Amino acid sequence: MLTAVLSGFGGAIAAPWLHRLAPRHAGWLAALLPFVLMIYFISLVPTVAGGEALRFSYAWVPGLGVNLSFRIDGLSLLFALLITGIGTLVLIYAGGYLANDPMLGRMLTLLLIFMAAMLGIVTSDNLIGLFVFWELTTISSYLLIGYKHEYEKARKAALQSLLVTGIGGLALLAGIVLLGQITGTLELSEMLKRGDTVRAHPLYSSILALVLFGAFTKSAQFPFHFWLPGAMEAPTPVSSYLHSATMVKAGVFLLARLNPVLGGTEAWQLLLTFFGSATMIVGSFLAVQQTDLKRILAYTTVSALGTLVMLIGVGTDDAIKAAMVFTLGHALYKGALFQVTGSVDHETGTRDISHLGGLRTAMPITAAAAMLAALSMAGLPPMLGFIAKEVQYKANLSEPILIGVALLTNILTVVAASFVSLRVFTGQPVHTPKHAHEAPLSMWLGPVALALGGLGAGLFSTQIGNLLIGPATGSVLGKVKAVELVLWAGIEGAAGQALALSGVTLLAGIGLYYARSIFPRIAAATAPLAALGAESWYHRTVSGMLLLAERQTRILQNGYLRFYIALIIITTLILTSLMLLVGQVTITMPQNWTDVRVYELAVALIILSATAFVLRATSRMAAVVGLGFVGYGTALTFLLFGGPDLAITQFAVETLSAILFVLVVYRLPRFGNLSSVSARLRSAALAIAGGALMTILTLIALAEPTESRLSSFMAENSQSLANGRNVVNVILVDFRSFDTLGEITVLGVAAIGIYALLKLVVPSEQEPRVETDGSLDGKTEGVPRERTEVIDA
Amino acid sequence: MEFIWAIVIGALYAAGLYMIMRRSIVKIILGLALLGYAANLLIFIVSNLTRGNPPLVPPGATAPIAPYADPLPQALILTAIVIGFGVQAFTIVLFRRAYRSFGADDIDELRTTER
Repeated sequence: MLTAVLSGFGGAIAAPWLHRLAPRHAGWLAALLPFVLMIYFISLVPTVAGGEALRFSYAWVPGLGVNLSFRIDGLSLLFALLITGIGTLVLIYAGGYLANDPMLGRMLTLLLIFMAAMLGIVTSDNLIGLFVFWELTTISSYLLIGYKHEYEKARKAALQSLLVTGIGGLALLAGIVLLGQITGTLELSEMLKRGDTVRAHPLYSSILALVLFGAFTKSAQFPFHFWLPGAMEAPTPVSSYLHSATMVKAGVFLLARLNPVLGGTEAWQLLLTFFGSATMIVGSFLAVQQTDLKRILAYTTVSALGTLVMLIGVGTDDAIKAAMVFTLGHALYKGALFQVTGSVDHETGTRDISHLGGLRTAMPITAAAAMLAALSMAGLPPMLGFIAKEVQYKANLSEPILIGVALLTNILTVVAASFVSLRVFTGQPVHTPKHAHEAPLSMWLGPVALALGGLGAGLFSTQIGNLLIGPATGSVLGKVKAVELVLWAGIEGAAGQALALSGVTLLAGIGLYYARSIFPRIAAATAPLAALGAESWYHRTVSGMLLLAERQTRILQNGYLRFYIALIIITTLILTSLMLLVGQVTITMPQNWTDVRVYELAVALIILSATAFVLRATSRMAAVVGLGFVGYGTALTFLLFGGPDLAITQFAVETLSAILFVLVVYRLPRFGNLSSVSARLRSAALAIAGGALMTILTLIALAEPTESRLSSFMAENSQSLANGRNVVNVILVDFRSFDTLGEITVLGVAAIGIYALLKLVVPSEQEPRVETDGSLDGKTEGVPRERTEVIDA
Repeated sequence: MEFIWAIVIGALYAAGLYMIMRRSIVKIILGLALLGYAANLLIFIVSNLTRGNPPLVPPGATAPIAPYADPLPQALILTAIVIGFGVQAFTIVLFRRAYRSFGADDIDELRTTER
């Protein structure tokens, strides 16, 4: 089971290889993997249809309750079959569609990664696992939409979908964490039994909002529907797979999955039916206004997703059954139609319906598949789409508003179906940019297989109902449910009313198709509404955030080192003084503060005056000498207070660094005052404040007793344990020898760095750079730039 | 007696902070060195300052004769001095490298990666 889910990632690694070895057959070869997986999942059908749920669990992060656990029930299996089945056809199709693309290997890799991630979503039993796979589909969707990354439009669309679904993903994660805390488990199989606890919990509404936000963004529900048509920048195999058949249904899947936990409340019903209905109407209404085949299909996908959300919201047995049938039917016909669109685009060079017509003679097989799929989309018998529409009407019969919404949507869907079939393939042939001819086998196999799937599922609806739809409906409802799915339900009662509604739908749809000249006018009339839509808010938010980032970066990250240092000093000053004030720390003078000997005072004065000299030095050499005096003064201090080792080291280091300094800087010109007087005064004020703070902190620290058992332990045991009489040395090489080892390592690294810097020769520096401009913001006081080599390496 | 050292430490910190806020890279390196002295002295001063006796065990004894200076901070400071030297040597050579590339002792010249 783990192998089944994760094998896609392995296949993804192998795909570029396959493409290099067998460029002409890479698609076919890559398709073997999902095909085998599909066979595997088909083999599970009898078990799952028997009402069993298969569960496999592997510990992942047991400390956090995160397991890599998988569970296959009816709902998972329905989706898994769709993912692997359509995946097989899409990979074959991609091989043909991008046959001459050198990047085909990458496309196959991404598609396989996506497939594995999607399988992970639908089979995960652990919600954190589900979330990880959820985000993986977001990322692979981003990469696939941006596949033609040399086009700015593709990059923007990719980013848009990533941001919209990514934000939704974060909300979902928050919802999952809350759910886990309330129910005490992250395993779905456990959580599904604790729905009552969740629904009664005060945090229920927050969880609902978070989860719905995640699901709605992923499944392109109004008002987040705008990213999906944008995603049509992706190559057609991607649109067919991710953005119609599978990924966008992940949100719907999640709602169905969590229905036993979150569903059944008034809020759930209201939100889902409202947003679902709004999405249905907006999607189908925008669909018929488009002329680009892919955008027509994209908007009908939006409306189909709305239908699914609405049905889950209604939540009755009939509605859930309708949702499951519709999921299957929609995936079959929409996958087929997208691939048809890709073939038409590929063979004619356009996918604008106003430049297409009469392709049935040039592309007979594709045309047949398109017609068949469009029949299913329009909901005509004997296709599965017909059954889906019938059960949908039946489920909504008691709700007049929902019937109205469904009727309107379905009528417009009929129109859209006619656009993508009748408009393109019938009538007089028109001139197209490329001379049209039939697509290769790899590109008509998918549409034909999917369209025939829709037909077969309609004809064998009883078996499909028993084996797939029934178990899936049962897992959504959380109870075993026998589903009767029949092509012909008769004309009595509810079935008859549904049939009548279907008739109205079809007649109105065909009527509108012939009156299609009104759609451009409606489009023109409603165009101003777009300015109020969510997409414009998206753009405003994104550009606002960019502006904010730019401004704060310009202020905080301005590239001036002294600014950063000043910021650090100011922050430290403020925070420390606040703590001192809040904690009411009193500063006490050390008791024996007048106990100073003359030579100590002399050393202190040496250090102070040498420091002042360093500050005021106008030549680098003088400054280095002054620094040396400070260092020697420090060493004397160590010597006075019982630290001869420190003193010796400090003397040695001081001498060495003075030599090093002199070697490097002795040829440099005198110091200039690069900063203005006011800048120097500001720095001085800050520095004095910082120094004063350090003095205060020192006094505070001195007031605290510093009894350390460690020091006396080391002093008393250095002779007996380490046979050394110099306690400091014993500490360094024995008690704390690992510190010393680290210190030596640091020195070694520094030495290597110094060596590398000395030996580094940048070719462009063979000729010294000529400085002509004094572009130092006018603050320069004419520092002469010396360009001679300082030292020869 | 610690009081005057507290003043010295404050002065060294102030000088070091002032120097690292300058534009001249050499001054920044000098400032880092001053901050190093300040930090070493700080550790030294706040840990039981003792005149005279270094932490050495006389021949025949098993422990240093009290009162002796605290050996532990000394070990820390010794490490700090040596590391500080390593850092200082590296920055000096880095400065030399930068000076050869840019021909100026001005950190503002290094604001961008453009040449």
